[in-house]
Amino acid sequence: MKTIISSSGNKLNSEFDLRFGRAAWFCLFDDETGKSIFFQNEHSEAQGGAGTKASEFVIEMEATKVISGDFGPKAKELLEKFKIQMVILDNAKTTIGEIVEKLAGK
Amino acid sequence: MKPFKLAIASGKGGTGKTTISVNIAYFLNSDHTKSIKLLDCDVEEPNDALFFPEAELVSTKEVTQLIPRIDTDACTFCRKCAEWCEFNAIVVIPPVKFAEVNASLCHSCGACLVACEFDAIKEYPEPIGTISYLNTGIGAGLAEGRLKIGSAMQTLMIKELKKDVSDEHQIVIYDAPPGTSCPVVETVSDADFVILVTEPTPFGLHDLKLTVTLLQDIGKQFGVIVNKSGLGNSDVFNYLDNENIELLGEIPFDREYARRYADGSILKDIPTDIENRYRTIVDKIALRMKAYEGNNNS
Ligand code: SF4
Ligand code: SF4
Repeated sequence: MKTIISSSGNKLNSEFDLRFGRAAWFCLFDDETGKSIFFQNEHSEAQGGAGTKASEFVIEMEATKVISGDFGPKAKELLEKFKIQMVILDNAKTTIGEIVEKLAGK
Repeated sequence: MKPFKLAIASGKGGTGKTTISVNIAYFLNSDHTKSIKLLDCDVEEPNDALFFPEAELVSTKEVTQLIPRIDTDACTFCRKCAEWCEFNAIVVIPPVKFAEVNASLCHSCGACLVACEFDAIKEYPEPIGTISYLNTGIGAGLAEGRLKIGSAMQTLMIKELKKDVSDEHQIVIYDAPPGTSCPVVETVSDADFVILVTEPTPFGLHDLKLTVTLLQDIGKQFGVIVNKSGLGNSDVFNYLDNENIELLGEIPFDREYARRYADGSILKDIPTDIENRYRTIVDKIALRMKAYEGNNNS
């Protein structure tokens, strides 16, 4: 199962990014292979539609779960349509590595 | 004969811009010309009509925006349209055969129609709001634009409203939205003169300066009305003095009178002092209007 996590940087010790559409990076974690890959968010500075673009990315990567601090209405609508589980985490102090560990531990 | 176009703007909400617009229309009508039309360009929250509780609705017009729709049977999910759309309004997700236009982000620019090589996109009109025409008993009445909640098409709506400005009016008043954003620029863009409404408080002055910069940038003539004078301090007056900006008038704060805002009877039994102040202001506007007519119609 693949999960996308919004991240402020491109390393496992980067801090979690509370913003979804405007996150600087996305971490794609696959619990079958145990690998995590980072993608830069091209739309983090977009005038509008950043949330939609981020959702598009999640669906395209075939993730079934997405972890972020907040989801806007447009992002929510699209993610719901594709039955992607949205997990809200409001701890900006945590690192991507810590989240990945928890996901892998299950 | 082209009408003289007067825009009434304010750097922030709550300065009494609408009260002043309505009063200016009222006194211009009673003292100078009956050929006057008021346009409420604050299309997200129009409230000029509240001042005319007895106005009758003459007609309404629906305003639409052309929104593209993608036919997913013809679409090859090549993504070209999404790449061309500057407003991120198109979502194309090839693996799941999904392609959709998000109407609330679309600016109807038409780029995606040009981009698509598979004839998969067509445009359809979608309502964005309504224009209402009201007979207020003042000149040619009031036209009010009201956007649907959530629509981002303020500029389009203001353009539609202005289509009603015809040569038969001598003066048209635009009650602009508050602030200094695109819809404000759209409203004042073709104005011959702009009145800025401010209040004598630090916040009022701060926002006034922003609006002044904006108007100077786009090269508009303007003057200032200080509303609720008597409150706050004299900083705003010093600023106008230093910058050589015309002070058109001051409307003192009158608690008793302000209360009537609530029931829409603001145009009845106006206190004499306030009435005289408005009369002086509209005299100044009428002079500008005459000068404009002299320059443009002879
Ligand atoms: S019309 Fe313009 S803004 Fe609207 S979806 Fe097409 S490209 Fe985007
Ligand atoms: S350009 Fe045309 S074919 Fe390509 S994704 Fe857009 S609508 Fe589909």
